[in-house]
Amino acid sequence: MNPTFELDGQAISFAEGQTILQAATTAGVYIPHLCYHPEFKPHGSCKLCTVKVNGRQTAACTMRAALGMKVESNCEEINAERRALTQMLFVEGNHFCPSCEKSGHCQLQATAYHLGMMSPHYDHFFPNRAVDASHPEFLLDFNRCILCSLCVRASRDVDGKNVFALSGRGIKTHLIVNARSGRLADTDFAATDKAAAVCPVGVILPKRQGFAVPIGERPYDKVAIGAATTVRAEEEAS
Amino acid sequence: MTYQLETAQNPEKLRRVAIDPVSRVEGHGKVTLLLDEQNKVHQVRLHIVEFRGFEKFIQGRPYWEVPVMVQRLCGICPVSHHLAASKALDIIVGARKLTPTAEKLRRLMHYGQMLQSHALHFFHLCSPDLLFGFDSDVTQRNIVGVAQAHPETARRGVLLRKFGQEVIRVTAGKRVHGTGAVPGGVNKSLTVAERDELLKDIYQIVQWSREAVHLIQKVHTQDPGLYNSFGIFRSNFMSLVGHGGDLDFYNGTLRARDDNGALIFDKLDDQKYQQVIEEEVRPWSYMKFPFFKALGKEHGWYKVGPLARVQNCDQISTPFAEHERRDFVDYAGGSPMHAPLAYHWTRMIEMLHAAEVIKELLHDDDLLLDDRMVTGARQMEGVGVIEAPRGTLFHHYQVDENDMVTMANLIVSTTNNNQAMNEAIRHVARRYLHGREITEGLLNHIEVAIRAFDPCLSCATHALGQMPLTVELLDAAGQPVHALSRS
Repeated sequence: MNPTFELDGQAISFAEGQTILQAATTAGVYIPHLCYHPEFKPHGSCKLCTVKVNGRQTAACTMRAALGMKVESNCEEINAERRALTQMLFVEGNHFCPSCEKSGHCQLQATAYHLGMMSPHYDHFFPNRAVDASHPEFLLDFNRCILCSLCVRASRDVDGKNVFALSGRGIKTHLIVNARSGRLADTDFAATDKAAAVCPVGVILPKRQGFAVPIGERPYDKVAIGAATTVRAEEEAS
Repeated sequence: MTYQLETAQNPEKLRRVAIDPVSRVEGHGKVTLLLDEQNKVHQVRLHIVEFRGFEKFIQGRPYWEVPVMVQRLCGICPVSHHLAASKALDIIVGARKLTPTAEKLRRLMHYGQMLQSHALHFFHLCSPDLLFGFDSDVTQRNIVGVAQAHPETARRGVLLRKFGQEVIRVTAGKRVHGTGAVPGGVNKSLTVAERDELLKDIYQIVQWSREAVHLIQKVHTQDPGLYNSFGIFRSNFMSLVGHGGDLDFYNGTLRARDDNGALIFDKLDDQKYQQVIEEEVRPWSYMKFPFFKALGKEHGWYKVGPLARVQNCDQISTPFAEHERRDFVDYAGGSPMHAPLAYHWTRMIEMLHAAEVIKELLHDDDLLLDDRMVTGARQMEGVGVIEAPRGTLFHHYQVDENDMVTMANLIVSTTNNNQAMNEAIRHVARRYLHGREITEGLLNHIEVAIRAFDPCLSCATHALGQMPLTVELLDAAGQPVHALSRS
């Protein structure tokens, strides 16, 4: 029998080496997250998966589960902080959901709904970020980047190409394309790359394919993020 | 170019009266009147005070976002912008001819919008004036008053609009701001269940639309002295005309007539609209003033919308609406009717036509098929023209080799009617306000004239760029000392 820890009063069994987030996901319990992806090593940067372990805050995606841990996740105090983090992500970029192709399929948008975010709350930064449309098949809309680094990890660890990187520090951190010109067209990025399909928001999108899926049939129209079936599907995909 | 009552000679000596905001219209606008001590009218202007900027911020965006983005211009007839943009981008993706399924689904969406928008305008916004009188008790002159005094009329207004919204929902995914049309086609077909749900009510909707025509016809013909002359001005008029001269809201070629009904141009390919239309900027309004190039600024302005369309076409393809069109043309006596209040009558004829077309389409199994998309040789430029509820709507885009929009030009329905609305309110000001003590009821006369055109002021101020601006420095006596102007 596997050892267990307690998550919001529920016993969660885990295998040796699993993180809290992995164990919870396996058990069908959703912990909000954006930079975590089951196929990649944890990054621990978005902090949305923050939980309290024995009264102390930590990222569930990086903290290994241990026998007898008492973990708090789905409580108003932590969800309020997650909501604030999500609001900050919205105002730091230019997220115009109504005309975004990723709407209904966007993890940021779905997480905001899940957390009951009713407004951005903070003043918008309205950063001036150019769109990179140089590649014949893919568009980079940096306005929507949340710095999850999934494209960086996918390109480096799976595709072996290092097309993307995060540059700058602190509030000036931004996604760059690894080419002398800075343009995607001048890299060996390909539509079949893992990095082309991993963006949780609407930064990396295939061209000329806008709004092909009708409203009501997009993934999060059918099943809200965090619903048990989504968690299992995500686990199965891994 | 100066028009009578557009600009007073000595404005600093005049009293300013403002109607701000103009109520029961879409968007935000105001009217200013300059009056002298005897309440004589010296200047009347309809100002559009909203500032939007869509033409600018659509630049640098990928073209496939455009139909979904630009519809945010408006919450009342977003489908018009959605479809006009889609039509322009059809040209860009080389889809000059859509599949029958795609074209019919778009048409269904558009006629659903026509129905809901016309119902909203007539029942919610205008029926209080028409049923109670222009200077009736202001506390009653609204949709709540109509619901109390004429509950069945108000109920029908609500249900007609609701039906149109449902047509939009099943074709676009949402009642407001959906995603149904995409460059080259549509993203969903109708299901049998959706079609059957609409079919249950459509016969009632057609009948109510017929009765709505008869209601406004009765109101109009009972008081010809008022309805045939209120705010009247003569002008050219323009609309799309469909195949064989049919009334067509979705597709066709451009036709314009002069005030006597003689053709100015006809069968003009909508891609060539810039050959015939130009826009003038005036320093006192965010809304441009379009005119026919061939006739010049002074004589080339025109009106669009139901009154233009119903008189510009040769016939209407559906039987009930055609019958009503003939009644209207007979009443007009063989020459074009120019009375602004006749907009209401023709608007209801169009609502009836929309209901009949929806009925026909719901019996067409093409709506259920999956053949929805077409592509072809990529183009760099495209124009989409559609007849929106308020009139002819132009969307014009240029797209670069990387698929980004580099130029957008929109001429919206209300902009096409800019000079016409100003003429109507100046006529009303001369006739009803000149030399009289201003009352709320008299000011409402001005608003009644504006409402007849069903303006959408939020759409009409979509442009951004070199804003027309004049700065004047006056001395203590009100005399100009220095002026700077940019136009």
